[in-house]
Order: sequence, then C-alpha cells, then structure tokens
Amino acid sequence: MNTDQIRQVIMKILSRIAPDNDLTGLKDEVPFREQMELDSMDFLDIVMELRKLYRVQIPEEDYGFLSTMASTVQYLIPKLQTATA
Amino acid sequence: MYDTIIIGAGLSGLAAGIRLAYYERPVCIVEKHTTIGGLNSFYRLRKRDHDVGLHAVTNYAKPGTKTGPLSKLLRQLRLRWEDFDLTPQCGSSVAFPGVTLRFTNEFALFEQQVAEHFPSQIDGFRRLVAQIQQHDELNLANRESSAREIVSRAITDPLLVDMIFCPLMFYGSPTAHDMDFTQFVIMFKAIFLEGFARPHEGVRLIMRKVVQQYRKFGGELRLRSGVKRILSNNGKVSGVELESGETLEAKHVVSSAGSAETMRLCDIAPPEQEPYQPGAISFVETIFSLDCMPLDLGHNETIIFYNDNERFVYDAPAEPIDLRSGIICSPNNFQYATPLDEGRVRITALANPNYWMNLPQDEYIAEKDAWTKRIVESALRFMPDFRSHVIDTDAFTPRTITKFTSHLNGAVYGAPHKIRTGTTHLENLFLCGTDQGFLGIIGSMLSGITIANLHLLKAPSSN
Ligand SMILES: Cc1cc2nc3c(=O)[nH]c(=O)nc-3n(C[C@H](O)[C@H](O)[C@H](O)COP(=O)(O)OP(=O)(O)OC[C@H]3O[C@@H](n4cnc5c(N)ncnc54)[C@H](O)[C@@H]3O)c2cc1C
Repeated sequence: MNTDQIRQVIMKILSRIAPDNDLTGLKDEVPFREQMELDSMDFLDIVMELRKLYRVQIPEEDYGFLSTMASTVQYLIPKLQTATA
Repeated sequence: MYDTIIIGAGLSGLAAGIRLAYYERPVCIVEKHTTIGGLNSFYRLRKRDHDVGLHAVTNYAKPGTKTGPLSKLLRQLRLRWEDFDLTPQCGSSVAFPGVTLRFTNEFALFEQQVAEHFPSQIDGFRRLVAQIQQHDELNLANRESSAREIVSRAITDPLLVDMIFCPLMFYGSPTAHDMDFTQFVIMFKAIFLEGFARPHEGVRLIMRKVVQQYRKFGGELRLRSGVKRILSNNGKVSGVELESGETLEAKHVVSSAGSAETMRLCDIAPPEQEPYQPGAISFVETIFSLDCMPLDLGHNETIIFYNDNERFVYDAPAEPIDLRSGIICSPNNFQYATPLDEGRVRITALANPNYWMNLPQDEYIAEKDAWTKRIVESALRFMPDFRSHVIDTDAFTPRTITKFTSHLNGAVYGAPHKIRTGTTHLENLFLCGTDQGFLGIIGSMLSGITIANLHLLKAPSSN
C-alpha cells in the first residue's frame, strides 16, 4: 500500500469507531485527540482494527506513534508495504 | 477450545462478548437462566410484559454527543444512537420532609433548585460539582474514599447532603450509609449531570439490540447452561464445567456472576474476609397496571425519590421493608411521540434479604401481598391515590432476584468492595459487571467493555 491508501484505511477505521464525527476537515498534523475527542478506548480500536484488517501487530509502547494522521501513516508504511488495499 | 468463556448473559457479559466477537475471538457466553438479561431482564405475566431492572436508563446524552459514557459505549459496541431509542424523561424529584428538589436532564434546573431551597449552601454545592466534574471515575486505580466526608466538606446542611445521596444510593450504592467517592461521582454524573431516558419498548429493546449485535459478530450463546465449576490447575483456568456435567475449554474465563459467587465456583471456600464479601442491599419492587394513565390522575413525574424520616437511612432494614423511603417510577412519564399502551406505576423500597429468603412458600405469597399494600400506602404521601385504578399487580423480592440471577442476598448492586481491575487469584480469570464496579444499565455494559479491552484485547491474540 502507498501513503494515500494507508491514509484511506485510517479514514475508514476512524469513521467506524467515531461515526458521529465529520472527518472531511481532518488535519493530518493535528492530534486526533484534539480534533475528534478520541479516548484511550478509541486508540485501542485503531490498533485492533488494523490487526483485524491486515494482521498488523502494534505493541503498546508504539501507541504513541498513532497520535496524528501523519505520524500514523509514517509508522504504518513499513508494516503495510506488502499489504494490498 | 474457546478463546474466552463468559459466565452470564447480562449486559456486562454481552458487552464483553460483543467486543471479543467483533475482533474474531472464539467466544461463548454461558447463561444459567432460560433467557438473557440477568438483573436487567423481562418477563410476561397474565398477558402483560414487564421489565425487571429498568426504571430509567441513566447517563442520557443527546444523539450525536461525542463524549460521556453513552457515546463511548455505543462506539465500542458499534451500535447507533437510534438503536436504543432513548426518550428523555419528563422530570423527576427528590422529596423530603418540607423540601422537594426537582431535576430534569438539564442540570441548570437542579442547581437553581438547590440555590432556591438552600441559599446558604449554593457556593459549596458549586464547588462540589466542580470537584465531581474533575474526578476521573473511569480510572481503575482510584482508591476507595468516603463520599460523605468529601461532600460534607462542601455542604454543611445535613438535609441537603441526604437529599443528594438519596437518588445516588438508591440507583447505585452497594454500601450502606456511605458510598465510595468514585461510585458517588459515577452516580452523580449519571443521574444529575446526564439524566434519565427510556426506550418506548423498555428493556426488551436494549437486550435485543445487544444480543443481535453479539450474534451478528459471530458470538455463541448458550442458555440453560449454568456453570457448576470453574476448572483450574496451577493458578490457571482451563475451562468450566456446566451443571449438565459437560466441560468447555477456554484460554480465558470472564465472570459476571459476582465476586463471591465466582469464588464459590472456583472451589474456594467463600472467604470470610474482604474483598469477597457479598452485598446485602436489596429491594422489593412492586408493579401496578392501571386502567388510566398516571397523568390522568395528575401524576406527571418520571421518578420520585422520597424519604420522610428525619435522616435518610440507606441500609438493609431490620423489618421486612423500610417504609420510610422509596422510589416511585412511572414508565409512562417520558417524552414519547406516542403514549405507552397502559399506565404503570412501579414502587421500590429497601428490603431485608434474610427475611424474604427464609419465609416458607405459603407465607411468602401472603407477606408479599401484605407488604405491597403497605408500600403503596407509604408512597401515597408523595403521589395521587391510584389504588382504585389498579387492574393488575405484581411484586418481586430479594428472593426472586437470587432465583433468577444467582446474586447472593438478592444484592442488586453487588459486593461492597469492588474489584475495579477485574483481576482474581487466577491469572486468566477476570470479573466484569456489578462487582467490577461499573453498574446500572450503562455502567454494566461499560464494565464488560473495559475488562474485555484491558485484559483480553490488548494482549496479542495467540491464534
Ligand atoms: C429491580 C431493579 C431495577 C433496576 N433499575 C435500574 C435502572 O432503572 N437503571 C439502571 O441503570 N439500572 C437498573 N438496575 C440495575 C441494572 O439492571 C444492573 O446493574 C445490570 O443489569 C447489571 O448487569 P451485570 O451484567 O453486571 O449483572 P447480571 O445482569 O446479574 O448478569 C449476571 C448473569 O450471570 C448469570 N449467572 C450467574 N451465575 C451463573 C452461573 N453459575 N452460570 C451461568 N450463568 C450465571 C445470571 O443468571 C445473570 O444473567 C436495576 C436492577 C434491578 C434488579
């Protein structure tokens, strides 16, 4: 998957876990927490959805990489390189 | 071999089950009773549908709200706001000798009522509310502390203190006289800051949506499958043995049966010492079907929490029922688009579990009838006389609650000491539900979610 496709995957996951949020104006550099009121349960869901969809394992010490869209995509590039969208 | 077996198809077990099933864990819920629901179940009697545990769903939030327990749990369970059809209350009150405080789902009214009736206390009240808002009640590391001590630092009039505690205790205190401050905060937010709502259809709708979601994600549910023993060796659970003698293997077991109840299933003699003491606070609930709507009699309140003793006493009474205080609930008095088919009034009062547990069957029926009459008489001090309109009556006691949910003493809010982290002496046995500490309809679902997330989903799946 390329960067754009990974971003699309994250958008899809975000709309599943926070269906009442309007994601159209989401800024890639601003923490999700500030834009969407995500809490730790929601971050666990991002991790779990990635595991469910692409069998990606994300250890707890890496959850910090998932704070913004930009950092999440960056973090996932090597992990999703061989995955197909 | 299951990834997880969950004991109990109440709201906490089903919520935990939804989380695990959604993430493709092989999961099975085993329920002793013939139907789902546990403390929040339903029944049919003389062609009428009744709810067991639902006066009102607490923690109301308007559809689309992004924070708070209700929105959190809908997201976690992948449910939509419409699914629970939550209709806000009309208005409720706390009625004490000489003072009545009204409240709705708009907190400003309650604050204004306090200012009006207790002008000298309003600054302290506002400080208390600020403290409550800052307290993170979902933090599992919170230590137990006395809510009465903390509240009394802000509010010096014991009448107001009692009036604040009354609804919070009635709707969620496993302990007599005082509450753990975290539990107090949970209930204060749930009742005063968030408020009450109800689905038009009652409990059945909530239970149906939850169990459908569980099945849709592939969860397995076995009714009439009481667990006789939790099997373990060397500090690890290996599965459960059912009452039928069948054994089921699992990598993890989550129990919503209660902490003392679960320990008994582990072949551990119920320890006399804390933290596994069962609770002892229970209620008698009376349900009246009317030939008119409560509103026709001038009764428009959703819930009235009443007390006419000088101090409000929350404890298992020495007599069979404590007639000094209680809860009057009318399921009709919510802002529905169409009215319910029939008028109903439910009156609940504190009961002595031992008394009701030990009565011989023939006396039990007669005593239930006699005390139902007394409960009504005592409630009539706070509402219009509806007795000539009653067309059907039912009542249930601590004994009924134990019979259908297996909770010792018919304890509605479980053990006095909660095991918030949900861990036990066995490394892969966890507790969820009432004795984990989040209780009530919304709370118990949040409990199941929290325990599933913390102990089962965060750990990488080994399959
Ligand atoms: C009369 C009454 C009124 C209430 N009113 C309200 C209200 O208005 N608002 C509100 O929010 N809450 C209310 N509640 C509280 C609410 O219903 C409970 O807090 C909630 O349902 C608890 O869910 P739980 O999953 O923790 O426990 P439970 O529902 O008790 O679930 C435990 C399940 O485990 C099963 N079980 C036990 N032992 C075994 C075994 N050995 N093997 C297999 N299964 C077993 C039981 O049968 C039960 O189904 C009320 C409760 C009652 C009784």
